[in-house]
Amino acid sequence: MDVVTQMQRQLLQYTSSLFKEGFLDDQFNQLQQLQDESNPEFVVEVVTLFFEDAERLLNELSKSLEQESIDFRRVDAHVHQLKGSSSSIGAQRVQRVCIAFKNFCEQQNVEGCLKSLQEIKQEYSLVKTKLETLFKMEKQLFAAGGSVSR
Amino acid sequence: MECEGVVSGVRMGESSEEVHVLAVDDSLVDRKVIERLLKILACKVTAVDSGVRALEYLGLDQSDAFVEGLKVDLIITDYCMPGMTGYDLLKKIKESSTFREIPVVIMSSENILPRIDRCLEEGAEDFIVKPVKLSDVKRLKDYGVGGRINKRKLPDTTELDLSSSPPSDSSSSPSISPSSPPVIDSPIQRLKMTTTALD
Repeated sequence: MDVVTQMQRQLLQYTSSLFKEGFLDDQFNQLQQLQDESNPEFVVEVVTLFFEDAERLLNELSKSLEQESIDFRRVDAHVHQLKGSSSSIGAQRVQRVCIAFKNFCEQQNVEGCLKSLQEIKQEYSLVKTKLETLFKMEKQLFAAGGSVSR
Repeated sequence: MECEGVVSGVRMGESSEEVHVLAVDDSLVDRKVIERLLKILACKVTAVDSGVRALEYLGLDQSDAFVEGLKVDLIITDYCMPGMTGYDLLKKIKESSTFREIPVVIMSSENILPRIDRCLEEGAEDFIVKPVKLSDVKRLKDYGVGGRINKRKLPDTTELDLSSSPPSDSSSSPSISPSSPPVIDSPIQRLKMTTTALD
């Protein structure tokens, strides 16, 4: 088996595992379908925007939850935004923790919120690493002369 | 993947032929996605991050200024936005004699029936549950004449919708479409989907 075929297979297996483990859902597929020769970097661009957005929101959330008197509406608004953007790129596990987080906000449950924040940070960190790995593999594949079959 | 067909497909030369969509969403990620979806369907897209900016763009802010040469064929807006919600924006547009005929589509991450009904009652053309997919946006081509015929509508108001009474305020001439009454020859009807493979 030549190198390119091997790389393609590895990429496919890796991508597949991300879906199987619930890191990504069908919306990520949808985004991949929007990418073509006229917009070859579309997925990377959108995901990069998501990373920037998520990091900003996680900072805001940390700050908000450190306050003496927590503004739960503000916290909820930020979680809502994060839920939205994670859903839009198919980052399923992040989105799910956001849903739990929102429930804690509604209950004004500080402990629950703090726990959720930790969970989101973990899930975000995981999906970020995995997506970066995915993009790196794609780049290497293209550099070797291969292409991704969707 | 058959995307190539879609992208090269319907590039109409004159800008007056192109469907111009005003997209409103406070999320940068979502703006990027909706913009790409609409461009794949050969639409011209103007994306703004708030209802206030949308009104400014339309010339519906305080001044209610007439914007020379402005042509918007469809407005697609997020529901949950800080400040002015998509619902508020919808109301403002429907209150405007210049823009009330433009179809408005609402997007929301929450599938709340009363919310959907409220928007439809206020005159929204359709309601898309996020995350938005290509198949959701493709549906927009089905919107008919006058903006309301294909709505999932309450029976008692259907009659009202079909009577296309010209705007009583004639101080601002309709810049939305070249012919009058507005939107009869809607470019939306001419939106061609050159592929269904992406469904």
